[in-house]
Amino acid sequence: MTGIFEGINVLDFCWVAVGPMTTRYFSDFGATVVRVESQNRPDVIRSGLPFADGRAGVNRSGYWVNYNGGKLGLTLNMAHPDARQVAFELATGWADVVAENFTPGTLEKWGLGYEEVAKANPGVVMFSASMMGRGGPYASQPGFGPVLTAISGHTHFTGWPDRIPVSPYGAYTDFVIPHLAVAAIIGALDQRRETGQGQHLDLSQLEASLQFLAPAILDYTVNGRVGGRDGNRDPAMAPHGAYPCAGNERWCAIACATDEQWASLAALMGQADLIGDQRFASLRARKSNEDALDQIVGAWTVRRKAQEVMALCQNEGIPAGVVETCEDLFADPQLRERDHFAIIAHPEMGNYSTEANCFRLSETRPDYRRAPLLGEHTEYVLRQLLGMSQERFDALAGDRALD
Amino acid sequence: MLSRYRVIDLADDRGIFCGRVLGDLGADVVKVEPPSGDPARRFGPFFNDDPGPENSLFWQAYATSRRGVTLDIEQAAGRDLLLRLARSADFLVESFRPGFLDSLGLGYEDLRIVNPHLIYVSITPFGQDGPYRDYVATDLTGNALGGFMYLTGDADRPPVRVSIPQFWSLGGAAAAAGAMIALHQRTLTGRGQHVDVSCQQAMARTLAHAPQFWFMEGTVLERSGPFRAVGGGRKMRVNWECADGYVNFLQPGGKTGGGTMKALCHWMEEEGFGEPLLSGTDFGEFGFGQMPDDILEAMHQGLGRFFLARTKRYLAEGALERRILLYPVNDPADVLEYPQLVARGFFREMEAPDGSAMKVPGPWIRSSAGPLATARRAPRIGEHNDEVYVALGLTLEDLKGLRHGGVI
Repeated sequence: MTGIFEGINVLDFCWVAVGPMTTRYFSDFGATVVRVESQNRPDVIRSGLPFADGRAGVNRSGYWVNYNGGKLGLTLNMAHPDARQVAFELATGWADVVAENFTPGTLEKWGLGYEEVAKANPGVVMFSASMMGRGGPYASQPGFGPVLTAISGHTHFTGWPDRIPVSPYGAYTDFVIPHLAVAAIIGALDQRRETGQGQHLDLSQLEASLQFLAPAILDYTVNGRVGGRDGNRDPAMAPHGAYPCAGNERWCAIACATDEQWASLAALMGQADLIGDQRFASLRARKSNEDALDQIVGAWTVRRKAQEVMALCQNEGIPAGVVETCEDLFADPQLRERDHFAIIAHPEMGNYSTEANCFRLSETRPDYRRAPLLGEHTEYVLRQLLGMSQERFDALAGDRALD
Repeated sequence: MLSRYRVIDLADDRGIFCGRVLGDLGADVVKVEPPSGDPARRFGPFFNDDPGPENSLFWQAYATSRRGVTLDIEQAAGRDLLLRLARSADFLVESFRPGFLDSLGLGYEDLRIVNPHLIYVSITPFGQDGPYRDYVATDLTGNALGGFMYLTGDADRPPVRVSIPQFWSLGGAAAAAGAMIALHQRTLTGRGQHVDVSCQQAMARTLAHAPQFWFMEGTVLERSGPFRAVGGGRKMRVNWECADGYVNFLQPGGKTGGGTMKALCHWMEEEGFGEPLLSGTDFGEFGFGQMPDDILEAMHQGLGRFFLARTKRYLAEGALERRILLYPVNDPADVLEYPQLVARGFFREMEAPDGSAMKVPGPWIRSSAGPLATARRAPRIGEHNDEVYVALGLTLEDLKGLRHGGVI
């Protein structure tokens, strides 16, 4: 199929998660995305678990392939000046978008800073994401995504009030940012069609993450309230929790946003007498007696399967959802209907699964293709896309500039 | 960046984030809310803890970068006016339950006839089709069905969400990305389309490699509280108590981990917290979490004692100097004072509901081409009725009539 980004060339220096997830949207919809790595320093999550058949290898990580589908694999040894020259030629003579998420200063060190590239390619859209943004005292502080939830405040707001906070699983903020980045890059390309001018986009992952806590920030700046983690409780809803269900580690989340939903739940539990119970007659009353309330709901759920609790509640219009494990996600009928996991064939890994986009477009379908092997398309990219002579290519390869 | 585009934003609290993103990129976003006020205005916290539609800080935080009009789209006159608005719009964003706008004659199929260029964005918990399409959801139940909760929380208590809702914002951000992809396609074809967003899928894309562990190994990852599981039933601490709060330190293993532990042990010695077993160990030899049990235990004990005796700011600043991978667990008060954010001038002043100034988060992206949009506070109810409807060709007399009829 013909992708809507056909003709858009993306030079992708990104690594780990934020950057590669962002550029995958472009390859999903038909852009030519050249993923630059080095044989000496492959992307660190190429060595991230899990591996196909449990055997480690740069082309075997399920973590890596999920974010790099449909891209072309180019290796350049950026310690070699000739490799930096090749990268410069790609950035100035081929690319519409240059994307990177190195520590600020890295691209500049290679002579690939925005100023230099834009001089030769004024239409280039350069996208730079970094932990802390460019400039400022911490710009070059090393670190990876998982620590950012600590700095942003997400960790402070996760866990139980009487306990040390816990971090949201994985590198949570890495995954909330790519959609913002995609919107901005396409916006810059759109503006370029009008003006012919590109621009440099600087995204601080910390600043982007803070948008997702904005009401809590205002609660502090306006009301002076620092706020905190409260397990699963909510100031405006009760019952509101993950309740134990039959089986090992099975839970169902239930949230009653209105008195009516609470009355429906009481009736569903066969305890209509609770509807008149003053302890639970209003949100305020339920909040004051929430421990007792949770006991009652939990005693009902624990005798049933999580799936049954969800179905019974949803039948009555009560918000409820199984606390799904990753196994459940693959079996979830809704996610299956949405084709959330696509299965991709891979020469070394066999079949792997990749996550689909979370929006459906009525007029186009993404094309989920496999992720490249390390350096798989080096010759193709340089000879065909950049138009390099065989002679120069051989010389570069012989000089280990393409490692 | 998007200043030549108009967005008609019907989305309530569940889709409010999308218009924010498009507005931050410069689009002219017109929020259309019922005359009684948008449901998002009922969400706390509230300005001075005083509930009221103009005082919702949820609204103040997320309805920025927009103009605001009122319109009762369930009345015939209101429906007609929405069609007029949509005729000249580039995007329409909505977050009603699937089928609701169709029942008013305002569904995608209706609108595409009125305006074939329109990009129609629907944000729902589960999408427009499928067995769960009519399921009701809240942030909590969405976190559950998106796979987030099972992986988060202390092992001996129920799984948890983030106490500040994330589910709808994730969907709203995804909607903005989908809308922009549709815009790009429109430049090629001239036609708009329907963007159907599932917040459940957006949540399920935040799980890092956890789904792969199931698919490739049949392993279901479990939540492990302030620790990280490192295999063999062993755990390494991530969040640590310090003198006045908490810090984040995860020994990363390998060369990087060796360097950071060497610097940390040296620092501890300087301050009288030296641990011979730790100082005498080259952590660079161990992969992530692969040190012997006695060394892991000594690390938990020794580092724990040191951190507990120092404040988070002291530890964070010392770590920065020594290039140790330790970070503060910030609360909102810490965030407001975080030197990097202060240096970048991230927080800005915005008009508060009572006319005073309040500090709010700044933009999430910056451009070498200058500000992407003019900062604009969230609109008051019906604040831009006159300017928007008059520009549409209505007279002030017409507006009086619509007001009288409760349409606006």
